[in-house]
Amino acid sequence: MNASQAVNSILYLDGVSVSFDGFKALNNLSLYVNEGELRAIIGPNGAGKTTMMDVITGKTRPDSGQVIFNGDVDLTQLDEAAIANLGIGRKFQKPTVFENQTVFDNLELALAGNRRPHESLFFKLQSEQMDRINETLISTSLSEHQGRIAGDLSHGQKQWLEIGMLLMQEPDLLLVDEPAAGMTDEETENTARLLKDIAKTRSVVVVEHDMEFIKALDCRVNVLHEGSVLAEGSLEKVQANEQVIEVYLGR
Amino acid sequence: MFRNDIKICLTLIATVLVAVFSAPAYADVFTDGVQALNAKSYSDKGRAIDALASLSDERSVAVLDALLAGKLVYKKSDGRVFIAHKMGGVYALTSPVNSKEVGEVAKSDIKKIRINNKLRGKLKGLLGGLTLMSKDPDLRLSAANKVFTANDPAMLTLLERALAREEDADIKVRLTRAHAAIVLVHSTDRAARLSAVKTLETFTDPDVSSLLGKLAFLDDAGQPIEKDPAVFKAAKDAHKSVESQLAKWALLGNLFQGVSLGSVLLLAAVGLAITFGVMGVINMAHGEMVMLGAYTTFVVQDVIRTHFPDAFDWSLAIAVPAAFLVAGAVGIVIERGVIRFLYGRPLETLLATWGVSLVLQQMIRSIFGPTNQEVGNPSWMSGAIETSTGLVLTYNRIWIIVFSLGVLVMLALIARKTMFGLQMRAVTQNRAMASSMGIRSGWVDALTFGLGSGVAGIAGVALSQIDNVSPNLGQAYIIDSFMVVVFGGVGNLWGTLVGAFSLGILNKFMEPYAGAVLAKILILVGIILFIQKRPRGLFALKGRAVDN
Amino acid sequence: MSIGTLSRKPMIMRILDDRVAKSVLGIIIVSAFLIPILNLWVPESSPLHVPSYLVALFGKYMTYALLALSVDLVWGYCGILSLGHGAFFALGGYAIGMHMMRQIGDRGVYGNPELPDFMVFLNWQELPWYWYGFDNFGFAVLMAIVVPGLLAFIFGWFAFRSRVTGVYLSIITQAMTYALLLAFFRNDMGFGGNNGLTDFKDILGFSLQTDGMRASLFFLSSVAVVGGYLICRMIVDSRLGRVLVAIRDSESRARFLGYRVEYFKLFVFTVSAILAGVAGALYVPQVGIINPSEFAPANSIEIVIWVALGGRGTLIGPIIGAIAVNYGKTYFTGAFPEAWLFMLGGLFITATLFLPKGIVGTKSIIDAFERNRLKLAKFLRPYDYVEGGDGR
Repeated sequence: MNASQAVNSILYLDGVSVSFDGFKALNNLSLYVNEGELRAIIGPNGAGKTTMMDVITGKTRPDSGQVIFNGDVDLTQLDEAAIANLGIGRKFQKPTVFENQTVFDNLELALAGNRRPHESLFFKLQSEQMDRINETLISTSLSEHQGRIAGDLSHGQKQWLEIGMLLMQEPDLLLVDEPAAGMTDEETENTARLLKDIAKTRSVVVVEHDMEFIKALDCRVNVLHEGSVLAEGSLEKVQANEQVIEVYLGR
Repeated sequence: MFRNDIKICLTLIATVLVAVFSAPAYADVFTDGVQALNAKSYSDKGRAIDALASLSDERSVAVLDALLAGKLVYKKSDGRVFIAHKMGGVYALTSPVNSKEVGEVAKSDIKKIRINNKLRGKLKGLLGGLTLMSKDPDLRLSAANKVFTANDPAMLTLLERALAREEDADIKVRLTRAHAAIVLVHSTDRAARLSAVKTLETFTDPDVSSLLGKLAFLDDAGQPIEKDPAVFKAAKDAHKSVESQLAKWALLGNLFQGVSLGSVLLLAAVGLAITFGVMGVINMAHGEMVMLGAYTTFVVQDVIRTHFPDAFDWSLAIAVPAAFLVAGAVGIVIERGVIRFLYGRPLETLLATWGVSLVLQQMIRSIFGPTNQEVGNPSWMSGAIETSTGLVLTYNRIWIIVFSLGVLVMLALIARKTMFGLQMRAVTQNRAMASSMGIRSGWVDALTFGLGSGVAGIAGVALSQIDNVSPNLGQAYIIDSFMVVVFGGVGNLWGTLVGAFSLGILNKFMEPYAGAVLAKILILVGIILFIQKRPRGLFALKGRAVDN
Repeated sequence: MSIGTLSRKPMIMRILDDRVAKSVLGIIIVSAFLIPILNLWVPESSPLHVPSYLVALFGKYMTYALLALSVDLVWGYCGILSLGHGAFFALGGYAIGMHMMRQIGDRGVYGNPELPDFMVFLNWQELPWYWYGFDNFGFAVLMAIVVPGLLAFIFGWFAFRSRVTGVYLSIITQAMTYALLLAFFRNDMGFGGNNGLTDFKDILGFSLQTDGMRASLFFLSSVAVVGGYLICRMIVDSRLGRVLVAIRDSESRARFLGYRVEYFKLFVFTVSAILAGVAGALYVPQVGIINPSEFAPANSIEIVIWVALGGRGTLIGPIIGAIAVNYGKTYFTGAFPEAWLFMLGGLFITATLFLPKGIVGTKSIIDAFERNRLKLAKFLRPYDYVEGGDGR
């Protein structure tokens, strides 16, 4: 890796290590994602996928290493809210939406801009913002459900709502943790199409177990193992990698 | 040694003889000596007193004491001397020779043996000296200390005599101290005084310090009270060195106080470390479990007092298991009846258990009344180890320190070494997995909560020994207990131990500077700030598991 | 057509749509006028006459209702279970109490025009600096707002920034009020120590003992409850309110959406503390005394049960809860003093177990019964259900 890569890439992790009570969750992890790229991260349980997400989004501070966003911002110095406002959106492994509020309210809460208490006290929704919400409702197929309480949605609908909320944030980089978990085949297919669609305008990093889903994404893949990158390349290439087969696919 | 033995033999024989042939015909030296006190002139009386004192007879002390107190009388009829005690309208006479009661007489039948001020002074000195020579080492020790406090130059020669014949090293040291103090204050010989200062300097003792301090003072005009500059300087230096020694002992005393408070906090908090730390249940009724333990102690003692008064020293040994069972059973009822419906809703648990605590308090108040109940210390817990350096270690505090550590070790063993401990840890770490392996998670919850509550009950037994047993007992400890657990770090017995002792010691070390209340406030504020820095406490678990 | 626009009706319309809120606020507004009239201008012989002690009692209930409202704002909408709101209430009360102390002037027992009685008793020579300005009514009112607000702001600044949440936060709020309790017990703090501040004579030149004053204070307290309700309603109906609920339900989600959770919490905690301070400021002239026992942790927890019983996150529920519980307390501590703590304790248990949404949140008794049928069954026959994973 060199400086030019750091400049060109939207996300650049360099030698990141995190340990919990002696257990190394990330071990000198380095990887980069180019602007506008769709990237998949796979790896067995405990490989450090979620910890990597935590480090990027500011939830966990690394013991060492750098996380550079957009070529010049060191994310390790910022907190979650600041990182989110820089344009990094995150979808959790377990769908996390505001269960007691309506689908519409959930999307409105995610609406870009306006994050200060006193502004939000006197906030009024503008018509173009309303349009954006409606657009997202349509693209996530939630238009009919906009008045429902989010907690009453099906699992798949919650996943989509969360992706919709991510879109409302208008991020440059989306981090998506296991979006297909618990979905039907059809939903999975639709989700893959949606993510590929999103990746046309933004950079997307997907963490996933489901090989069919990864195949559908048709993108570069990183295999994580014991906190660092084991292999990188197309899915066919990494699937052919001896080491990968041994630690992950072989199981 | 040899001489003493002979003396004891002789005294014994004399006593036996007197007892058997209690008649004037067989009068011995002592009886004559006592009889001689009834002399006409004061100078004869003085000689008789000296003679009696020089007999080295234990009985002389009682006789001279009675003479000084005006209780030595003679019968008008035959002039025989007795010790008289007023019993209502009549006087009971006791023989000075064998301490036997010889009957009651009217006031008009007897006459007091009178003494003047000169004799009174003589008697006082002699009596001090006589107890210095007493055969009872405890009496000699206290006499040596009294002579030090009195600081009377008249005692100097007696002291020297006592020093010469004293064989007990401890008493000898105390005698030396008294001697040096008298020399320092009253002597005019500079060399003797300087050497007295040297001697006193070796005593780490608040009394010595204040004696030396008096000499090291300046008067209002800025002149030293001690006129001899050499002595002044020596006293000042000695005072400083004694003070610094004393400060070290005071530090030790503080440390003990702190460890003692820490052990109390540990006892109060250790049950909470299980229910809150291991199970994640906020039990606001935890303090009431402690209170139940204290009341169990009260009931156990009450039963023992009325039915088996001899077994009182065993009352705590019975109270400990009883309190564990009572509080543990109540805990299980609370867990099954309330808490299990609220798992995963910690704030609701907090409120519901607060309700339980109100009910328990009122229940105890209705049964036992709102006032404090008397809970006694068994004999092995009363008293204290006291050193001459001002250090006081009370036995009940020492036992509580030992006891609290014992409870902690027991708990650690239960958690690590027993099947139940294994199941407990399994359920708290992964409920679903534990259930699927056939562990009855509901019962493990109930028993774990019962264990935590039972331990709180045991704490109540210990606290009943040092605190008032009232329905509000638990309330006094609940906030402190939470502070300890939160400070030490949740889910960690080791953290609870360190948390309790560091808070206890910190509190006691701040008290001299800030006062008890302010120290407590500062500790609370300190913990509030500490939690901001380390929200998970001193020994926090790290990692992803924490977030759930 | 869109739900979004449907749900964003003006606040007043939303209140009018809410049957419970409409009726409770209506009753409070009507009685704010009616009770003083029935007390002051209806002769005592009339059956419609409201005796003065009842006016004072209702006035006290109103301040409790405002206090409950303030707790609901943070707990019901932002998930911050404060066990220290009694402290803000007491601080507001002390601010007004200090003013009324200064108003006594030379009418105290010692007749010292410069110093309150307790300072004369303690042999103090001059007024401590922090008593300066309290002879001015406006300043005292300002302090009744600023001091609780500032304490909440400073406390919240530390607590929320370092992400102390849940029961940890509850415990340290409790520690906060406990520390203040100990501090105010100290004589050298200069707030009257154990006895607190009392023997007040008048406020703004009007005697506190008159019926007119009682009626006015009751009126003011009722207005404060309605005003407090409207302020809280405005906050929770705004986008800010939706962010608060979002934080309550999923704090980390809100953070990853870019919200600085600590600022929102700080805002609502401070507003809530100010409301509590105002409640305390209205409370003290009506009861005539403020002492450190108001800081007792038990008091603060009791406020929470008013909220829980009434229905948290409803704003109107806590008003009902505060009045209902305190009416019960007044009645039972008089009629069956032994039974009161049993009842209060039982209330804590039943409200959390069987009425998690409170009176207002639970549609009907049947609804509550349906909801709790399983629980009841488990309660009565626990062993049938032990293996079931306990519904966690």
